[in-house]
Amino acid sequence: MDSLSKLDQVKTTPWAGGRSPWSVEYGKIMMWFFLLSDAFTFSSLLVYYGAQRFSKFTWPDPDLVFQSIPGFADHGYPLVFVGIMTFILIMSSVTMVLAVEAGHRRSKKEVIWWMVATIIGGFMFLGCQAIEWTHLHHEGFWFGTNPATGLTEPGAITKALQPFFDGQISYVSALQFSNLFFTITGFHGFHVFSGVIINIIILLMVINGTFEKRGHYLMVEKVGLYWHFVDLVWVFVFTFFYLV
Amino acid sequence: MSEHNIHTEEHAHDEHASMSKKKIWSVFFILLLITVIEFIIALWVIPKGYMSQSVGNYVYIALTLLKAYYIVAYFMHLKFEKLGLQLSLSVSFVFIIYFIVLMLIEGGYLHAHMPLV
Repeated sequence: MDSLSKLDQVKTTPWAGGRSPWSVEYGKIMMWFFLLSDAFTFSSLLVYYGAQRFSKFTWPDPDLVFQSIPGFADHGYPLVFVGIMTFILIMSSVTMVLAVEAGHRRSKKEVIWWMVATIIGGFMFLGCQAIEWTHLHHEGFWFGTNPATGLTEPGAITKALQPFFDGQISYVSALQFSNLFFTITGFHGFHVFSGVIINIIILLMVINGTFEKRGHYLMVEKVGLYWHFVDLVWVFVFTFFYLV
Repeated sequence: MSEHNIHTEEHAHDEHASMSKKKIWSVFFILLLITVIEFIIALWVIPKGYMSQSVGNYVYIALTLLKAYYIVAYFMHLKFEKLGLQLSLSVSFVFIIYFIVLMLIEGGYLHAHMPLV
């Protein structure tokens, strides 16, 4: 083999240029990079939450803060409602991946059906979150406030905060918990909301036959990546707010 | 352009082969099972005193990372992508690990030095 043909052979390797070395379509790589940067944002928020919690000598007990099932019971059922929310989100992730799978087979009807199921799951999750936010707001938690905000008498503050603490109470801890809870679940909820909007747009494009004309359903895969990422973030939010 | 299209189609075909409906549902049941285990730990194992909260926290984090692996590898399909993409997306989290270490040191310092309020 002479050196010239050897040179040609070198040029055929994935990293020799002129082709995508990762053999991933451009839009998909960009979605991955966006998700990586978004993962850094969420990580920063959660790491800050962890550091705050680690620095305090006491912290609200999640089993005491989240123990209601709205419309069913006011207290006594820790983790049940958030369990339902987690199940809804995992389930909608499954329907999304089934939509992607149907897209590979270019079965327009199935893609439509699974996308609709995913959107319903997204709305159900958002509804649950709205109910939970309303419930906590009703108890006195909000951005910058906790149930003891505005009270001056030490006895009244203890009475307002003790239901949420297992042991010692702390006004600052309850305030930080409140701020970080609404900021982080709010940022996640905003992602779910935009995910639902994007899903609806893609669904309309599927119904319109745009991807059938294009010959592939890669767009469904891209929005699927985003949707799974939202589910992934929830897995971490669930652990650090409700379990730990 | 047409070459690229052919390539994409082939790729799409490969993906279909690697992620069947059966596999999707088995990953779903794994995720559900891990979540159920977390609930059993939170509602039964720790309250009954079979495990301390601090040990439980490590178990939660391990189970969470396992769930994250299944979501990223199978649902987000990263397991079937090229090694280069897998590495560039996962190695970046070195920065987050560094950040966690930094913030835990900071939190530990504050824990020891801040007045109790």
